[in-house]
Amino acid sequence: MILHPAALALLMIALLVSGMGIYAGYYGLRILGRWDPASGSEGQLELERRTYLISTIMSYILGFELMSLFLFIYTADDLHTLFTGAMCAVGSLAINSFGYPALLLKTINFILAGVWLILNYADNKGYDYPLIRVKYELLNLVVPLLVLESVLLIAYFAGVKPDIITSCCGSLFSHESSGFSSDLASLPHRPMQIAYFAGMALTAGAGLLFYLKGRAGYLFSTAAAVTFLIAIASIVSFIGPYFYELPTHHCPFCLLQKEYGYIGYFMYATLFGGAVAGIGVGVLMPFRGISSLAHIIPPLQRRLVLGTLVCYLLFTLIVIWKMIFSALKLG
Amino acid sequence: MIELSNITKSFNSGKPNQFTAVDSVTLTVHPREITVFKGPSGSGKTSLLTMIGCMARPSSGRIFLHGLEAAVPFRLDGAETVEITSLPERFLNDIRRSTFGFIFQQFNLVKGISVLENVMLPAYPTGEGRPVFRARALELLEQFSITRLAGQRVELLSGGELQRVAIARALINNPSIIIADEPTAHLDSKLSQEFMAIAGRLKGEGKSVLIASHDPIVFDSPLVDRLVEMRDGAVVGSRSCR
Amino acid sequence: MKRTIERHLNILEFTLASLLRRRGKNLSLLAMYLLVIFMLASLQFFVSALKREAAVILADAPDMVVQRLMAGRQDLVPTEYATGIAGIRGVTAVRPRLWGYYYDALNGANYTIMADEQQAAGLPRAAIGAGVARARTLAVGDLLPLISYNKTPVMLEVGSIFPSSSDLIAADMVVISPAQFHTLFNFPEGQATDLAVTVRNPKELPTVAAKIATLFPDSRPILKSEIQRTYQSIFDWRGGMTLMVLSAALLSFIIFAWDKATGLSAEERKEIGILKSIGWETSDVLLLKFWEGTVISLTAFLLGVVLAYGHVFFLSAPLFAQALKGWSVIYPRFQLVPVVDAYQLAVLFFLTVVPYTTATVIPCWRAATTDPDAAMRY
Repeated sequence: MILHPAALALLMIALLVSGMGIYAGYYGLRILGRWDPASGSEGQLELERRTYLISTIMSYILGFELMSLFLFIYTADDLHTLFTGAMCAVGSLAINSFGYPALLLKTINFILAGVWLILNYADNKGYDYPLIRVKYELLNLVVPLLVLESVLLIAYFAGVKPDIITSCCGSLFSHESSGFSSDLASLPHRPMQIAYFAGMALTAGAGLLFYLKGRAGYLFSTAAAVTFLIAIASIVSFIGPYFYELPTHHCPFCLLQKEYGYIGYFMYATLFGGAVAGIGVGVLMPFRGISSLAHIIPPLQRRLVLGTLVCYLLFTLIVIWKMIFSALKLG
Repeated sequence: MIELSNITKSFNSGKPNQFTAVDSVTLTVHPREITVFKGPSGSGKTSLLTMIGCMARPSSGRIFLHGLEAAVPFRLDGAETVEITSLPERFLNDIRRSTFGFIFQQFNLVKGISVLENVMLPAYPTGEGRPVFRARALELLEQFSITRLAGQRVELLSGGELQRVAIARALINNPSIIIADEPTAHLDSKLSQEFMAIAGRLKGEGKSVLIASHDPIVFDSPLVDRLVEMRDGAVVGSRSCR
Repeated sequence: MKRTIERHLNILEFTLASLLRRRGKNLSLLAMYLLVIFMLASLQFFVSALKREAAVILADAPDMVVQRLMAGRQDLVPTEYATGIAGIRGVTAVRPRLWGYYYDALNGANYTIMADEQQAAGLPRAAIGAGVARARTLAVGDLLPLISYNKTPVMLEVGSIFPSSSDLIAADMVVISPAQFHTLFNFPEGQATDLAVTVRNPKELPTVAAKIATLFPDSRPILKSEIQRTYQSIFDWRGGMTLMVLSAALLSFIIFAWDKATGLSAEERKEIGILKSIGWETSDVLLLKFWEGTVISLTAFLLGVVLAYGHVFFLSAPLFAQALKGWSVIYPRFQLVPVVDAYQLAVLFFLTVVPYTTATVIPCWRAATTDPDAAMRY
């Protein structure tokens, strides 16, 4: 266990977020059980009021998840000096088996919260609460994940033991000094480059098709989601090395450092934003037929598609710019 | 036209202190008329007006708004009629904001801010540009000859001035229906008559005016088109005064 | 889009006016908030400034220090060890170091005494830290009498005084020649306090350390990186501990905020009722409350951080210094170098604004769901 202020802050946020999640989930269940929009009874009015609270809570959860995602990476990076052999966040997250799962879950929860808010937005525009069940069923999926995330985070920080000097000897000999791998196993850069640009092109094509003709919504959404994963792998595989100008440096987190002008924040923001909007398009697809949403969902989807395209385009422009002007040339 | 069918509103339903404020009211309110709801306090006038004004939902029964589709900010396929009883709060609110203007017995002005700001207040969440509704508010102040009070705080106003500010505020979003709940309860006879004159002027501009009152100056006024008498939550009489 | 922005602007404007209107109530909340942020920010700034100072000191430390343990306690190192270590491949230099502490009965202070070959061997002139000079009111050329371990006075002539800028490192330092060191402490010849080892390739440090440990089983090699790590975690730990203590304050503030948000005054309740009755929707009032919280949080945050900055970097943190720096009579009189980065501010933000916001969510929602017809019922 370490008493690092940032670790305390992260733990506190995780607990607050799970607490809010459980609260929202509890009322979500009640809404699922007792919802009756035809009734003007006081019980129904009370439930309708609760929906405002739950929306508010979910927006806060989304905000807190996003901010704490970056704080978590930054803290892991700050902690690396405490461990023999850890060069940056990559090493500190590998210090025990909870670091990466916690990070992964944070990312997933952020995306889920984003998708939930998109559904919520559409639902609020329909005059007969068309998505109320879908929304609260999704909420009940998100809440356990939020709780699990807190558990992992607590386990991670509880398991962090800095390598410090003990009274008997230098720390070096208190554990096997093999150190932690500072590099992620990375995929070869050439196939990744092809996959990355192919994914982006497919997303752009499907996006334009959807934007102009209203077709290929599912294709677009899948492409956006897959391209998101490819882009993350690409950062490790070749985008990172172009930035660091070192063929062996694959860290996805160092981009967030000052040395690289904090460009990582912008890049990850565009990537996450694009992914949430893109996945949102697919999640809305099945509900286009609902009469109260027939005028709501298509324009909303077009806006989301546009959002994804703009975000991914910005990301790709940065990548291309770096590929051209980087001192590093990958063969 | 507003059509009420079998409207009931009860409070604390299922509990021992349950009471029914409005009991199975069926009624039609015509446009461009002054309709007065007359009855002793506790007769359900106010509750009925809150339901017509989309402020509260009835426990049962249905309310239809006819010929108002332009004012409804979302599309209901092919309908000229909006059935408002099952709409979520945010939709009721949209309708209310664009269709109804309210004048309250206590005037309900916000203390500590100026007359002009009070008049503009209902327009804030509509997303209209401030300069646009500010111009409209100034125009209303001028119409009611209270331009000189624009910068004053409402605590310092006289009863008559408060009334005019309240009316100006009710008109800021340009509603087609004005709802007034006991508007003359705190006014002397002269001011009450002035209020009725203003109501007549609004009717002349094509607005419908709904007034709940037990003040003879109101319900005996020659300007009234229709009188609805209420008692114990039920309508006991409805007649045209033309 | 434009309408959304206009709506936010209109409501924000009303929020600002409302906050000013209810100055009294909001000021007490702001003052509490400010105090909590001020304390936490001071702590953060102070700890990270100390971490930086420690890093600066350690930057000049040798890559590896070899100590000898005797019965689990640090003991003197025979100088033969140095010759043995110098024989290990990759070691460029081994320097036996002589240093220790001297208790000055005159003022109850501890000096750090170091021997330095370069300290002109024959002349009994010493270089002293500014702290020592202050404590004994010494100037260059004055005599500093110290009592040796066999109770005979050793007269040191002050040759130079370290500039105050190096105070954190050198405030309590007295640098003398090895001969004087041996006299002063009755220190045995052929022994050293520890050995400073320089290695050509820093990557070989662990290997060299392992070899030293095998060669001299009673030795304890310590790497600079380990010291740095230990310092960092000690500072983090101290910061964390103090934070835990302050969390009581944080908690009481949260309860206070909750209470403030729940206990709306009759006036405010009426006002929200009026807003709802004239066409504001629940989400409009929630937005109003959101902006209210944001304005209060940001004001408290900015003011708190600025005040803490002044407290730590201009006034040297009088409120925390004793607790966090360690205690000593010769107290380094130094100005902390301002180090503030986005990371610290983010941590602070999370520690204060997030719990405040969370505590006010439900009370705000309760206020916002006032019945629109409440203003008509009387």
